[in-house]
Formats: sequence, structure tokens, C-alpha cells
Amino acid sequence: MKVTVELSGGLELLFDKKKTHTLEFADKDEIPLRDLILYMRDNLLKERAELFVVDNTVRPGILVLINDADWELYDGIEYIVKNGDTIIFISTLHGG
Amino acid sequence: MDNTTPTTTTNVENSTPIKKKSGGKLCELCNVARPVLKRPKTGQMICKECFYTVFEDEIHHTIVSNNLFKRGDRVAIGASGGKDSTVLAEVMTLLNKKYDYGLDLFLLSIDEGITGYRDDSLETVKRNQQQYQIPLKILSYKELYNWTMDEIVKEIGLKGNCTFCGVFRRQALDRGAVILKANKIVTGHNADDIAETVLMNLLRGDIPRLQRCVNIVTGSEGALPRSKPFKYTYQKEIVMYAYFKKLDYFSTECIYAPNAYRGHARDFLKDLEAIRPSVIIDIIHSAENFHFREENKMPVQRNCIQCGYICSNDVCMACDLLKNLNSGLAKVKLSINLKRKDKDNNNNNNSNNNNTTLSNQLVIEQK
Ligand SMILES: [Zn+2]
Ligand SMILES: [Zn+2]
Repeated sequence: MKVTVELSGGLELLFDKKKTHTLEFADKDEIPLRDLILYMRDNLLKERAELFVVDNTVRPGILVLINDADWELYDGIEYIVKNGDTIIFISTLHGG
Repeated sequence: MDNTTPTTTTNVENSTPIKKKSGGKLCELCNVARPVLKRPKTGQMICKECFYTVFEDEIHHTIVSNNLFKRGDRVAIGASGGKDSTVLAEVMTLLNKKYDYGLDLFLLSIDEGITGYRDDSLETVKRNQQQYQIPLKILSYKELYNWTMDEIVKEIGLKGNCTFCGVFRRQALDRGAVILKANKIVTGHNADDIAETVLMNLLRGDIPRLQRCVNIVTGSEGALPRSKPFKYTYQKEIVMYAYFKKLDYFSTECIYAPNAYRGHARDFLKDLEAIRPSVIIDIIHSAENFHFREENKMPVQRNCIQCGYICSNDVCMACDLLKNLNSGLAKVKLSINLKRKDKDNNNNNNSNNNNTTLSNQLVIEQK
């Protein structure tokens, strides 16, 4: 399966300043969002993991969109990511 | 949530069938389109078009019900290039047209002189100017005070530099507005910022500021009136609005500003919000209903004998800080002030003391 992950609002700074990442999981056809986030923390994130993940979910203040819609419309962290999904993370914690 | 599947065919855009609570649900407002957002204030699930409408209309309502503007006002929008002020510029332009407010709008940016931070964000503001076709004025600390923040940090180090920046910025916005012949200033402070400030003032026991920080208009006694059209607007919705509308904003933290105290207040608030989203508006409503005793009013305002800026002492804070900077004493004085401030905080609040007010100034304006 293939998943696209986008980071913005300053979060990209923790990920090598790269805004879009394409992830492939050859052996899976779905992955719980929670596992995807922990995977990102352990494999993509370059610094200060505590600014992205707190208590095994995204840090409060980071908005998550699943295929361009608020993750609160789905099951939030319990959502099961499918092949072709785009997951977007936007920090609201940076200065306005 | 009940699962009445609507008969209309809904999502065609997504080939992957997604198992989700909102699966077959339609926007709670129009009952036609697919929802894209759950509103933190109300819990409503709404579509993109309805979101734009309610978002803009609520801000319009805030503006009208608080009489923030009159026809013919010249309004300077404090523009940093960040999300809040970018959305503010968008919404002010849009509402001014849609409801024919009759305002002359300006973008006003302050260049603190921070390499790699403000120079980049100013590029964003310049693009905003092109997009909205409203005049832009950039005013620098260097022009106003003959010091850039880079130079100030070189002189005094990283302790207390935010005090300088906060004091200077507050005046700089007023002066820029005067140059633009504006009679009002609007800033992008949103509901989250205000709730944070309420918490911080409460935790510090700063009663005069606790009283003032939920006012939608400040600075009426002589300084230009400043208002916050986003007072009741959630950060989440501002960011979602910018995202869906593909607005161009800049998001990097100031390289000099780890405002630790505000950071803790923000994290605390975000944790609460995750459990109970209405907490932000609830804090604001609580603070609006506090009653204060007379003796806690802010000190009487007068004009700085050096520069004429409105202040509560003979000499304003900016002039005072500048005097120390120019005489090379800033580092020494600052450390004395910080020490004295700690002592003051133990003897309740006494906001007539210049040193206390100086260090606390930040609580109101900076975020
Ligand atoms: Zn709708
Ligand atoms: Zn002065």
C-alpha cells in the first residue's frame, strides 16, 4: 500500500524541511493511523519527537486531515489508513 | 451518532470506500455536501462552503455587534505574514466588500530586524499585498529606534530580549498607523490567544491586565484604538480556513523567542481543548464576567515627556529601554529589573512600578 503524508504549519521543520513524504508498505493493505504516526516518528522525524507525538497520539494543537477532511469526522487516531490515502498534519502552534 | 443513511449519492470523489462515522452523513447546515470539518465551538459537522459562510459571518457579527468600525475609517491591519494576520487580511478585505463597510484598509508590518525570520515572513506579506491590492507599509525597528533585534541580542544576549521586542513592537504598530493616517488598528489575536492570556494573567495575579485582556478594543485612552475581530474565532478554524482557501502564510517560530511561560499556558489549554473543545470560549466568557474592585484599575495614562507616546510614567518604556541600550547599560539594568520583579511578585501586584509593568507588558501583546 501507498500513503501520502503532508506536513505544514512549521511541522515540516522537524521532518528535514520536507513537506510531502510518500510511504510504501509492501506487506500491508491497511495500517492504523496510530501506527503510521509512530512509524513517522521513528523513521521520518529528524528532531524533537515530543513536538509531534505525545502519549502515542499527535500532540494537541496539531490538526490532522484525512483525505482533505478533519480527522474528527472519522475516528481520529483510531482511523484505519488505506491504500491511496493522504494524511495531512498542520501545526497550529506556530506564531500568527 | 445515529446512522441514518441518506438516499442521495454522496461521495464520488473518493474511490476508496472509507469506513467512518461520518460515512454517509451530510453537512449539518446545507444537507447537501460532504462535511470537511467538525466545529470546535458547536460540534457541528459542516461542508467547505458552509464553513466559509459561518466563519466569515461570525466575524462580521463580532464586528457589527461591537461597533468596531464606522464608514470612512482608515484601518491598519497588523500583518506579520503568519496565519492569523494573513487570514485577517483576507477576511477584512472580503467583508469590507461584501457588507460595504466603507473602510480603507492597509497592511502594516513591523520589521524587527531578525535575519532568517522576519525577512522571510515579510516576503509573504508582500505577496499578500499583491493579492489583496491594499497598500503596505513596512516600518523597521532600525528606522524607529536605530537598533535591530539582531543588534540588541548581540548587545544584551538572549535574556530579556523579548521584553525589548514586545515594548518596541507595541509602539511601532501605533507609529506605523499614524504614518498611514490610519485611525484604527486591527490585529489577528484569536480566541486561543486570548484564553491563553487570561490564564497567564490569572496565574500571575496580574489583576489589572486580567481585567483588560478580554476587551475587544484596547488603547482608547489617547492611543489608537486596537481591536481583535478574531476574539471569538478558534485557532483551529483559522488554520482550516487558510488551508482550504490555500492562503499563503509563513510559519516559523521567532529564532529568539522561546516564550516559556506562554508555551506552558498554551500546552495546558490545548490539553484541555482535546477533552472539551468549548473550553476556549468558556474561559473568555468567564473572564468577561469577572467583576473587579475599583482600586484595581490600570494606572492613569499620560504622555511620555520624550516621545509623546501614551504611557503610565513620565518616560515611556521604549524610551527607557533605549536610553539604557544607547548608554550600554541595558544588560545591567535588565538583570536588576528582573530580580526586582521577582521580589515584587511576592508582595502582591503593584502595577505602578515601572519595572513590573515593563516585564509584564509582553503578556498582553506577544504570542
Ligand atoms: Zn454545507
Ligand atoms: Zn517615549
